[in-house]
This record gives sequence, C-alpha cells and structure tokens, in this order.
Amino acid sequence: MSEKQKQPKKPGISRRRFLTYTIASTGGFLASGMLYPMIRFAIDPLLQKGSDTEFVDVGPVNEFGTEPKSVSFNIKRKDGWYEPKGGEPATAWVTKNGDQILALSPVCKHLGCTVKWEGGGKQDHYYCPCHGGLYTKDGTNVPGTPPNEPLDEYESRVEGGRLLLGPVKKGGGA
Amino acid sequence: MLKSAYEWIDRRLDITPMWRDLADHEVPEHVNPAHHFSAFIYCFGGLTFFIVVIQILSGMFLTMYYVPDIQNAYKSVDYLQNEIAFGQIVRGMHHWGASVAIVMLFLHTLRVFFTGSYKHPREFNWVVGMLLFFTILGLGFTGYLLPWDNKAYFATKVGIEIAASVPFVGDAIATFLQGGEVVGAQTLARFFALHVFFLPGALLALLGAHFFLIRRQGISGPL
Repeated sequence: MSEKQKQPKKPGISRRRFLTYTIASTGGFLASGMLYPMIRFAIDPLLQKGSDTEFVDVGPVNEFGTEPKSVSFNIKRKDGWYEPKGGEPATAWVTKNGDQILALSPVCKHLGCTVKWEGGGKQDHYYCPCHGGLYTKDGTNVPGTPPNEPLDEYESRVEGGRLLLGPVKKGGGA
Repeated sequence: MLKSAYEWIDRRLDITPMWRDLADHEVPEHVNPAHHFSAFIYCFGGLTFFIVVIQILSGMFLTMYYVPDIQNAYKSVDYLQNEIAFGQIVRGMHHWGASVAIVMLFLHTLRVFFTGSYKHPREFNWVVGMLLFFTILGLGFTGYLLPWDNKAYFATKVGIEIAASVPFVGDAIATFLQGGEVVGAQTLARFFALHVFFLPGALLALLGAHFFLIRRQGISGPL
C-alpha cells in the first residue's frame, strides 16, 4: 500500500477529467446551436441600420419669419410591421432670417421630451416642461439648465418657393 | 476563478448538497440504454421535458415581436418570420416543437402504460401526468390560434364548437373560451393570456410535482 502511494502520478489528464471536458464541450456545442438563433433573433434591432429619410414639403417658404413657427408634417417610416398611412407625425420649429432657414427639432437634448417656443411662460426661449430646460431662439442651450447640447436641426432646402425638410442632423446652435 | 467563486458561495450558502441531491442518483440497469438498448423507451419522459424547455425558450423569444391583437397578430408573425434574422428558425422551433412535444408525451405515456409503471404506489403520479397531458394539449390548442391566419381561425371555431358539445357545461366552456360573441378580438386576447401565463404556470407546477414524486418513489422496477 505504502509502495503504491509513492508511485509518481501518470502524466497528462485523468480519464475522469477528459470525460468531463468532452461531455461539457459537446453539451455546450449543442446548447449554443439551440441558443444562437434565439439570441441573434432577439438582438436583431441592434444590427438593423436605420431607414433613410426623404425630404418632405412643409409649405411655402414665405410663411416663415424671424419668429419661430411650428410646422407639422409626416415622415414616411416603417416601424416593424407597422406603417401608418401618410407617415409618422413630426414637428419642426422654423425661423427664417433673410435667406437662412433654421428648422429645429423639438426633441430636448436633455432626456428627449418635447420643447415649445415660449412654453411655460418663458419669454423668447424654447422651454422643456419635463425638467425646465431652456434654449435660445437659435437652439443654443442656456447654461445652468439641464440640457448640455443645442437642439438638433432638420436639413432644409428651398425648391420653387417651397420649404423641404430632410433628415435630422446635430445642431450647431448659433 | 470559477472554482473559487463557487467555493465563496458554497462556504456561505452550502449549496453543494442541493445539486448533489439532484444530480447524484443511480440510474437502474433496466432503464439504462447502455446496458439494454431497448431501455431507450425510458428516455421519452426526459425528451418531453427537453422539448418543453425548447418551447418555453423559443416562446419567450417570440413574444419579443408578437402582438396578440387581431389587427397586428398576423402582420407581426409575418414580420418576425420573414424580416428578422433567424425568425424562421425560432418560429420553426416553436411550431415543430409543439408537435414533437405531443408525440414524445404520447410515447412516454405509452411506455408508462405498457410497463405498468402507473400501478401502486405511483397512481398519483399517473394522475399528475394526465393533468400534464391535458395542460400540454391546451397549450397546443391555444397556441394554434395566435398567428391569426385562416387555419388558426377555423381550427379554433371547430375546437370551440367541439367544447360546446360537452353535456351541461358545454355552452359555458365555449363562452369562456370565446370571450365575445364571435371568434375575434377577445378570443385572441384570452387565448394569448392562457397560452403564455396560465397554462405555462400550471405546466411548471405540475412538472415540479411530477419530478418530486418520481424522485421520492423511484423508477418502477424491471418487468
């Protein structure tokens, strides 16, 4: 007995450990074959690229002036299997300064609520009712209020006296 | 790393006896296909459970896209099957798995019947097994309506009329299943609720009882 204990261990892995690894990796392979399609199915939205936005006619350009005016229009968008007839409603706050058109997105850069020109009794500012964010007329965020970026802008274009609005891009403020 | 994490938990919660109790029990020779190949008939219960696990998993994933509403049900199924990666596979697993589950369940029932395993002292587990059988048939019946296509619609109409033919309580059962005056919006909503909440809840409870009883009483002896 004591002699047996002195024998050096055989090199390599034991039969038990080999079988454990073999069974675990076979089981893991089978389980991943089952789980991969389901997980890929669930994370599909992460790997979908967004749809392109077309330019939309929102009305004659001479309707707008230096005072921000909100326009409602519809963007064609397919939300999964749901595609509303005429598109999803959207809003822009448009100002015209000479030839310069500024079409601001009403989505607050703090946490995504909807801002309103001179809302909440705030003179000469865009006001967000959720947390009191303020922006000046050109969309610049007012320091000391929650948002830390200027409002986004719609790409705009004038064709034959009509204003067309396109995709949203990052706003420059001034 | 994994080992030391396990030991850290085990020192505090003493979890080893729990899984040892589940994992360490001898498989008797007469149910082990390694000894007698014909013992594969004892695998059907385990296979049924395996299919049920696949059904629960694939069903959970399907509800990420499915909408139980008469306007959107068919469209959402069409969308998830044709426009989402692996949608056809995941829905296919649930669709074919439903049939395979019932086949396996039936083979398991036949094995228990022809080996006489339902006899004393395991009568109660046979009863639990029969309740499981009807629960799984119910899952098949309620799930069939959910895609809201023609086949689903008329299969459910027929199923509800058959239910109505039960003496005395038939009309009550039919009204309970149908919800409204026609097979429609309310039927779909309640079939969805039954399919994803009530019946799976009953299924898990009954499975727990089924497994508890078989561990308590052991597998029946050889023929």
